[in-house]
Amino acid sequence: MSKTIFEKSRPGRRGYRIPENDCPVETIELAGMRRTPIGLPEMGEQDIVRHYIELAAKNYHVDKGIYPLGSCTMKYNPLVNEEVSRLEGFAGLHPAQDEEDVQGALELIYRLERALCEISGMAAFTLQPAAGAHGELTGIMLARAYFADRGERRKIVLIPDSAHGTNPASVTICGFTPKTIPSNERGLIDLAVLEKEVTAETAVLMLTLPNTLGLFERDIAEIVGIVHANGALVYMDGANMNALLGIVRPGDIGIDIMHLNLHKTFSTPHGGGGPGSGPVGVATHLAEFLPVPRVVEAGGTYALSCAARKSIGRVHPYLGNFNVFVKAYAYIRALGGEGLREVSENAILNANYLLARLKKTYDLKYPGPCMHEFVLSARNLKKFGIRATDVVKRLLDYGLHAPTVYFPLIVEEALMIEPVETESRETLDHFAEVLETIAEEAEKSPEKLHEAPMNTPVRRLDEAVAARCPDLCCSEEAG
Amino acid sequence: MSYIQNTDADRKEMLAAIGVSSFDELLEPIPEELRMKGAFELETPLAEGGVAELFKDLAAKNRPASALATFLGGGIYDRFIPALVRYVTSRSEFYTSYTPYQAEVSQGTLQAIYEYQSLICRITGMDVANASMYDGATALAEAVLMASGIKGGGKVLVPRALSPRVRSVLDCYLAARAIALEEMPCTGQGTLDLDRIESALTEKTAAVILAQPNYFGLIEPSQELSELARRHGALLIACVDPISCALCAPPGEYGADIAVGEGQSLGIPQSYGGPLLGFMATKSAYVRRLPGRLISGTVDVDGARGYVMTLQTREQHIRREKATSNICTNEGLCALSAAVYLTSLGEQGVREVAEQSFAKSHTLYRLLTRTKGCRLPYGEQFFQEFVLELPMPARAFLKTAKANGILGGIPLGEQFPELGENALLVAVTEKRTKQEIERYRDIVAGKGGGR
Repeated sequence: MSKTIFEKSRPGRRGYRIPENDCPVETIELAGMRRTPIGLPEMGEQDIVRHYIELAAKNYHVDKGIYPLGSCTMKYNPLVNEEVSRLEGFAGLHPAQDEEDVQGALELIYRLERALCEISGMAAFTLQPAAGAHGELTGIMLARAYFADRGERRKIVLIPDSAHGTNPASVTICGFTPKTIPSNERGLIDLAVLEKEVTAETAVLMLTLPNTLGLFERDIAEIVGIVHANGALVYMDGANMNALLGIVRPGDIGIDIMHLNLHKTFSTPHGGGGPGSGPVGVATHLAEFLPVPRVVEAGGTYALSCAARKSIGRVHPYLGNFNVFVKAYAYIRALGGEGLREVSENAILNANYLLARLKKTYDLKYPGPCMHEFVLSARNLKKFGIRATDVVKRLLDYGLHAPTVYFPLIVEEALMIEPVETESRETLDHFAEVLETIAEEAEKSPEKLHEAPMNTPVRRLDEAVAARCPDLCCSEEAG
Repeated sequence: MSYIQNTDADRKEMLAAIGVSSFDELLEPIPEELRMKGAFELETPLAEGGVAELFKDLAAKNRPASALATFLGGGIYDRFIPALVRYVTSRSEFYTSYTPYQAEVSQGTLQAIYEYQSLICRITGMDVANASMYDGATALAEAVLMASGIKGGGKVLVPRALSPRVRSVLDCYLAARAIALEEMPCTGQGTLDLDRIESALTEKTAAVILAQPNYFGLIEPSQELSELARRHGALLIACVDPISCALCAPPGEYGADIAVGEGQSLGIPQSYGGPLLGFMATKSAYVRRLPGRLISGTVDVDGARGYVMTLQTREQHIRREKATSNICTNEGLCALSAAVYLTSLGEQGVREVAEQSFAKSHTLYRLLTRTKGCRLPYGEQFFQEFVLELPMPARAFLKTAKANGILGGIPLGEQFPELGENALLVAVTEKRTKQEIERYRDIVAGKGGGR
């Protein structure tokens, strides 16, 4: 275990000093001064570097190896994107600067929005949402404004049972009632069920395309038709858009609102849990409700406009996670149209390649071909007393990262695998081999799986203890 | 430029292994008529060198505040950032990992975030902090939802002197909810009118929001407000500047129930306003109402200390529509920046940043009290930012200032018409020098020449 910064602290040490004050004042007097010390650690620069290097060594990450977390799209994060995003001309901008001083930033935002429109077929985008779930919330707010504007009171949002948990949560925050619709035996939306469920009360059908099983909704045209015929809207969770680049444009198939995850499809790093970016695209009839301000262009000059009278307002205090935009736009410019299509083709190819091999060893509930990811089940190992958790903990022992487990909820002992397009065939082969070895071990020496992981910085952690008596803050006594 | 490693030969063999003769067979589930016809209308691809060139040009079309003497604030500040922060956050062990779903191979991120939570607790004086929110504005909106959930009340009192940006986000988040925001005007001194608040407090009031310092930079009577809220059974939500907490009483000292704020000051570049860092902390009693990720210490099967995500039954991936929030991806790397920043500066360093910001802003303030033509409407009870009334429209002044290499502040007239078009919000951080401060004074005095 690593000591905490509080345990490493020694009074009087300094890791960084700001320049000497050239404007001293005699006294500082404010009503209500702080009475107690803050309790911040005191460490020297070298030991702080060592602390974080010590922690860094305990992390698995994309630069170390395959990170096949289904639905998370852990692809390679190009280095040049990191470099350009750090340019002072971007990093040093204050959001209240005059438009004439931020023309490069506004141009970048404008061009990224246009590129996302072209890629998705949507009419307009807002880049304000800071993550995918924030995008969902924004999208549902747009739907709400749309119906309010039409004087309609629709309360229900339909969500397939395979959806991400963020979908129903976003819907609830926005004052709608989510209603789950069951998937059919192929893992897809059932047209008959949908026909029955869509009523005058339905505001939105929120679906993920491809869905979380990695399957494309074959009946999407009919689905959209049913929803539109009832005056409702179709929201597409675009977390899986990396399967569709250059193959299907959501705007072309009648999607009304969608979000993209720049930290998934467009290669910006996940940062250990953010910052992300969740732009929201809409069809023409919803554009007037988008958040303000909008970046507008006239004669090569860019400006911010708050003219949209029906706008929902702001979902971000400024224009969104600008630094993430820089990386995503760099990615789009490096790849171009052809390159983007290759992303999806190779994501689909890699997934099907792995699926073809692994379905011989693990259960497959819904047959392929899959799109960019697939969901296996470890239920065939249950007879040896092995669960999905045991399989993935053993994967960690082999120096690989685990897939997403126990999601989607409709697959028992789910192993949700997304290999992404940047992994090479050899890496996929190695990953498959290890999963096959683990299945053999499950039969011959299940204790290896029960005890796994053995070779990680810590072994299986007691989550029950943490939930019962959470230790969320290092106490003052600890240093 | 492509980041794909499969070659044509690989692809051919892989298709054969799958058992299809062409890639198109894999697209069988997608009806032909739904597929995109033709190619994207996008610019031609660029090699790495071309990308670098393009972005250098785009960046050169900007004139960053950091290259000028900037007195812009209003929530985003120009501060010294230790090289250490950039170094740690540039390590791919941190930036190319994700939410620590597999705790055994994510102990680096987990411990760093646990330490971040602890640092936020110490800064704010609260019991528990979450792993981060998107920004201070959405953190405040989530705090209001949380308070309303606890109290079941439908009314929240919000101060007039709150950042208009934050207020817009709050309005947007609450539009769909049965929670009414009631705005509390300022006194002539620019701070909260406690009598007015007392008369607005009813049994329906779920919470009172305190902005400390308020948007005009002024220190509010936090203790009095807290007592008032408690007397009427309302929760106190404190929206604070984290650096100011080194000098001013932190939310825990005056009994706030929820503390939130914008953490950009903690080692995060201004970056045109994003990414930012929303921090959020509360009392132990409300921990199960908190939105977002929480990291807890625990032990492994061998009894070794380790860290895990905990109380996940609050969260969307378990509780779905009954979750405390929809937040999933938050601002992990920004939280790491804040942790490294606070550790680098340490107890003394953070105090010095606060003291210098105080000293420098008050130096400029005092110089301006002796400068003819301008007016300082609100007195000296401010932390690092104050309102300046010029003898001319603020926008005209800003033009002259910029010609002298100074970004003079944020005009207030549009958002606060009651202050008039001559009013300006001026921020002075530890990064400004005596020379820049005197130059500012000279420009106000009409002694600035064009440059």
